[in-house]
Order: sequence, then C-alpha cells, then structure tokens
Amino acid sequence: MNLSLEQKRVLWQDRFGISLADDQIGVALAGNPNVGKSTIFNALTGLHQHTGNWPGKTVDNAQGGFQYEQRSFLLVDLPGTYSLLAHTVEEQIARDFLCFAYPDVTVVVLDATCLERNLNLALQVFEITPKVIVCLNLMDEAQKKRLMIDVPSLERELGVPVVATAARQGVGLTELKEKIVQVASGSLQTKPRQIVYSSEVEKAVKHLLPMVGSIANNALSPRWLALRMLDGDSSFLESLSRYLDVNPSREGLRCAQ
Amino acid sequence: MCAMTSTKTLSEIWSEAEDVRRSYPHSFSDQIVADIYGNVEEITKQVLSKKGSKRYNFDQRLDDIVTSKWFGYPLMLLLLVIVFWITMAGANVPSRLLATGFFAFQDQLTLWFQWIGAPTWVHGILVLGVYRTLAWVIAVMLPPMAIFFPLFTLLEDSGYLPRIAFNLDHIFKKAKACGKQSLTMCMGFGCNAAGVTACRIIDSPRERLIAILTNNFVPCNGRFPTLIVISTIFIGGVFVPYGGLVNALVITVLILLGIAATLLVSWLLSLTILKGEPSSLVLELPSYRRPQIGAVIYRSIIDRTLFVLRRAVIITAPAGAIIWILGNLHIGQQSILSTLGLVLNPFGQLFGLDGFIVMAFILGLAANEIVLPILLMSYLSTGYIQDFASLEGLRTILVSNGWTWLTAVNMMLFTLFHWPCSTTLLTTYKETGSKKWVLISFLIPTLTGLTLCFILTQGVRLLGLV
Repeated sequence: MNLSLEQKRVLWQDRFGISLADDQIGVALAGNPNVGKSTIFNALTGLHQHTGNWPGKTVDNAQGGFQYEQRSFLLVDLPGTYSLLAHTVEEQIARDFLCFAYPDVTVVVLDATCLERNLNLALQVFEITPKVIVCLNLMDEAQKKRLMIDVPSLERELGVPVVATAARQGVGLTELKEKIVQVASGSLQTKPRQIVYSSEVEKAVKHLLPMVGSIANNALSPRWLALRMLDGDSSFLESLSRYLDVNPSREGLRCAQ
Repeated sequence: MCAMTSTKTLSEIWSEAEDVRRSYPHSFSDQIVADIYGNVEEITKQVLSKKGSKRYNFDQRLDDIVTSKWFGYPLMLLLLVIVFWITMAGANVPSRLLATGFFAFQDQLTLWFQWIGAPTWVHGILVLGVYRTLAWVIAVMLPPMAIFFPLFTLLEDSGYLPRIAFNLDHIFKKAKACGKQSLTMCMGFGCNAAGVTACRIIDSPRERLIAILTNNFVPCNGRFPTLIVISTIFIGGVFVPYGGLVNALVITVLILLGIAATLLVSWLLSLTILKGEPSSLVLELPSYRRPQIGAVIYRSIIDRTLFVLRRAVIITAPAGAIIWILGNLHIGQQSILSTLGLVLNPFGQLFGLDGFIVMAFILGLAANEIVLPILLMSYLSTGYIQDFASLEGLRTILVSNGWTWLTAVNMMLFTLFHWPCSTTLLTTYKETGSKKWVLISFLIPTLTGLTLCFILTQGVRLLGLV
C-alpha cells in the first residue's frame, strides 16, 4: 500500500506508539526467540534505543535508529515468535505490525542451527510483505555442529537476499546493512517464495478470494486474508477492523481521512 | 483508496468462510500449518547437509527414544522409580546416624540442664520441645532431601525436564489444558507457591487458572519427606529386603495419583466453570548437556535443601515449644493438647485418621514441613516416651498410638491431597486477584483428599480388613 510519508508517520505513532522521523526508513526485525535477534538489534543501533511497551500490551517494545550511507533507519524489534498464526500475544503483535504498519524492509533473523524450524516464520512473513531480507545468524554455532548450509541456493529457493551472520562476533553486519539499503531503495528486487498449499486449501482460498479482494482493498494480500479466514482466526478480524477502519457490518473500506 | 466497491461485508465473508470450514472434514488451520512445514522441509532438503556430526546425531537419536510413543512414558516412570529408590535406600543409614547422634546429645543437654539447676519447665520447653523437634526434623528430612534434590537437579540440568513436558503435552491437550502445565507442575515439586507463580508462562487466562488451581496436586518439598518417612516405616518395612524398591514404587504410584487427579480435575474444570478449547504451544527442546556437577550440587544443596530445611527449622522451633506447653498444661485431668486431639478425633476417625493428625495438618497450614514433627511431638508429649533412635522407634510410637497400615495410607493420601499451605494460598491470591479462586484452590484438593480417605476407610472397614 502506498502511504504518504506523513500518513505513515501518523499511523506508526497512533497505532504502534513509535515515532518515525520524516527522513527515516522503517525496518522491522522479526525472528524466533533465542536466535540472537537482540544481539543484532544492539549491534546495529548501539546506544540509540528507545524501549517501552506495545500499546495496551505487557510486551516489551524496542526501537533504535542507525545511519548507513547517509540514510537513516529506524529499526523496530518485534517480539520473538515461532509463527504469525497468532496463538499468543507476541505473535499477534508481530503479525499486526507486519500487516498494518507497512515497514519499508523486514529482516527475518533465522537460527542457522535449526533452519527448518526457523524457516516456518520466514515463509509466513513472505506471505505478508515482499520486501524481506533473511539474516542467517549463529553461523558459527552451525559450523560447530557441522551443519553445512548452501547460502546461494537458499537465496535462490527463497527469492530474497540471505545474509550469513555471526552477530556475537560482529560478522556479516555490514553486509546486512548494505542489503537493507538496497532493498529499501528498490535497487535490489525481491520475489519471496510463496507457500504452496495442498489442493483442498488452495480450492477453498480460490473460493473466498473474490470476496476478500474488495475488503483488503490492496492494503493486504487477499490470498493471505483468505487463508486467515480459513484458519478461523477471529483475533485477526478484530485487528482488521481496528487498523483498517473496516466496520464488520458495513460494506467495504471506509476512508481513513 | 476511498472505495465502496465491495458487495459483501466482512461479517458476511466471515460466515461464508465458516461454511467452507465446516464443509471440510479436518481442521483447515492444522492443514495450513502442515502445508507450511511441508514447504519448509522441501527447502531445507535442498540447502542443508550434515557432516556426520556425532553430537547432533546423538541428540537426535536420544530424542527419538526419550520422546517416542512407546518408550517415552515407560522411561519417565523408570527414571521416577530409580530416583525415589536411590533416595529412600540412601537416606536410611544417615537418618539413623543423625538420630542416634542427636538423641545422645539430648541426654547430654538434659544432664547439663540438671547441673545448672534449671527449672523443669525450662528444660521441658527448650530440650523436650524445641531441641527434640528440631532433631527430628533434621534427622528425618535432611538425608532424603540431600539425595533427592541433587538427582532432580541432575535431570533438570541434563535437559530431560523439557522432554517430560513434551511427552505429557498430548495428555494435557486431552484434558483441555495447556501442555506447559506439566512444567508448572515440575516447579510444584519444588514448591507449590513457586509452581503457582510459574503459571504465568501459560498465555491463555483459562488454562492459567486451571494450572493454578491444580498445582497443589503435586507434592512439594515440604510434603515429600512425610510421604517418604511414612512409606518407609509402614510399607517398605513389611517387604524386607526389597523395602527400598517397594517404597520407590509406592511414592511413584502416589505421584501418578497426583498427576491423574491433576488431569481429571483440569478436565472437569474445562467442562464446568472454565469452559474452552486448549490452545497450541511451541516447546523448544534444548540440546542435552553434560550437567555441571558444581552447579548441580550448589543449586540442590544451597538453593533447595538448605532453603527448605531453614524454613522448616524456623517454623518448627517455636511450634515445638508451643506443642510442648500445650501438651503439659492441664485443664482438669487432661492436657490442652489431648483435649484438642480428642475434640478432633471423631472427625479424623471418619476418614481413617485421628485427632492429632487432623490437628497437625491444620497447624501445617503455616508450612507443610512441620506436619510430621508436630504429629510426633503431640504423641510424645502425651506420655508415650519411647526410646526412639531410629525409624523403628518412630514406628513404635505411631503403632502405640493406634496406627495401622490404613492410617498410614490415609496419612499419605491426605498429605498428597489437602489444602495448600498459607504461602501458596497467598500467592494464588496475588496471581488471580480473587478470593473466589483462592477458596476454590483450597476446596478442590481438600475435598478430593477427604473423599478418597473416606471411601477407602469405610470400604476397608466394611470388608473387615483392619
């Protein structure tokens, strides 16, 4: 969705309690718990951090600014989650931010020592936003466990840039910043791999797609919306009406202004 | 952007989706999760290879056994039995040595009190009250704790405890509760108040309440020694030389009974006052680690054993003095203690207990650690002064006060199922913020225990087995 800078600034302030400066590029940092997300956050932002709570929740929220190549960024540390299917408050916060705050870039931090479990979250993020970078952290630990990850072919499989890091040793962080700049400016195009569901799910999605298309009104991927309808996730219905000003019993999308 | 193009409202689409969901025989959300993992697996296969790492394979293989359908539960039971067996077999000798030492010193103390010409009541309160009770508490409780806690910490440190939670998750789902409840129960083995606080890890308020209300069904530190001692005296003693093993089995059965009660009550609560469906959880299984012996010893001895012992001693010392005074102050023919015991006796007899046992449990509201010491003090202060330098002596005291195997079993059942201690009740109030839930957390285990003891006692008496 194309929001003006001013609209976005107001949206972040009002809905998420985060002040985004005019010239700042908003970057979301997602990942499973215990993957070194905070290490990366600290390494990138240094002392320029603000901490608090997510509005109305008892979950910590940290944001921090950093500069790279004369651009300034605001990094938002999302709660550590295993998925975005909103079984917990943390998952709900992370999902709502990715869906309704439209960050310019999203970095998904993965634990290289348990890639399989971590990719689950990455693929779910891919369904929401195309501007994603995968940060493959704890590469040093993976090496110790003798796990070999073919990074170029992972990049091909995923369709987004993959940066291998060992954040505790400071390895790979410059490349990560480089990629963030490139994806934000659009000089590096991403085409994240989309999940292929089994035929029953795909059929049901196809059935719902024409209906949800108008509700989403290009603010959200209709496919993703249809999938959540199939999940029967009523918390998402609530978020939808809260963030998009959709009245459940009224037609279509009301204008935000 | 200000479009009004849609033909259906959100709630209409929602109900349409509901129809689609209903028409599908399985759960769409489960299928979606399964499909995501299918995709993930495909990608992982392409990019990941292992250079035959020993450690990684070791973890994997161990987990295949430890969390497998067939070996998971038997292994859990076996470990439980082994831990209890080592505890009880190992605690016997040091217990006896400590008791002998302490009571030899008591005679010295008595001589010394006589030598300085102290009044009889001072000697009574300090030596027969405070000192003797403390000696019992330490001799009876210290050895089993000093063996049990390091073993338990060892299991915890090696990474086995999360696997227990993983194994049990399935059953808890069936009881419509949260799998994390098994972790809060593990905390409860240490201390029920800590277990209640640990329930914060459960996200759904409904499941959290269930976990809080049922936490008392696992015996805490303070109750373990009572169970172990009673079992050793009355059950293990009968099956010499296999006493240790039989004891371990008895304690294991009791623990299983507690777990069964937890599941049953959780399920009943889910059906009645706390209706709802279970939520999913993700449990991270940390890799197995070689336990750090230093840390294990420090944590189990300092943090647990000495902590519990200190708590027991602090509450027992004044309690010992008070019990001695009550036992030696007379109203008419009888001491106050005997009067209290007699008043409570008919109630106790109904459940196969006696008046002193009921009184000990009531006073034990302050801390479960002091139930057994108070009970012994009560028996001893009413005139049955025996030579008791061993568990055999303890048995004589109890038997001479009318204990049978039925009393012992009821005592163990009631130790497992009775009201939570005051600290746990207070914590429950803090966590739930409601007196109603505190009352319910008091009533559930109490009624369970009374019912079980009543049925067992009346049944056994009816059949004429005792």
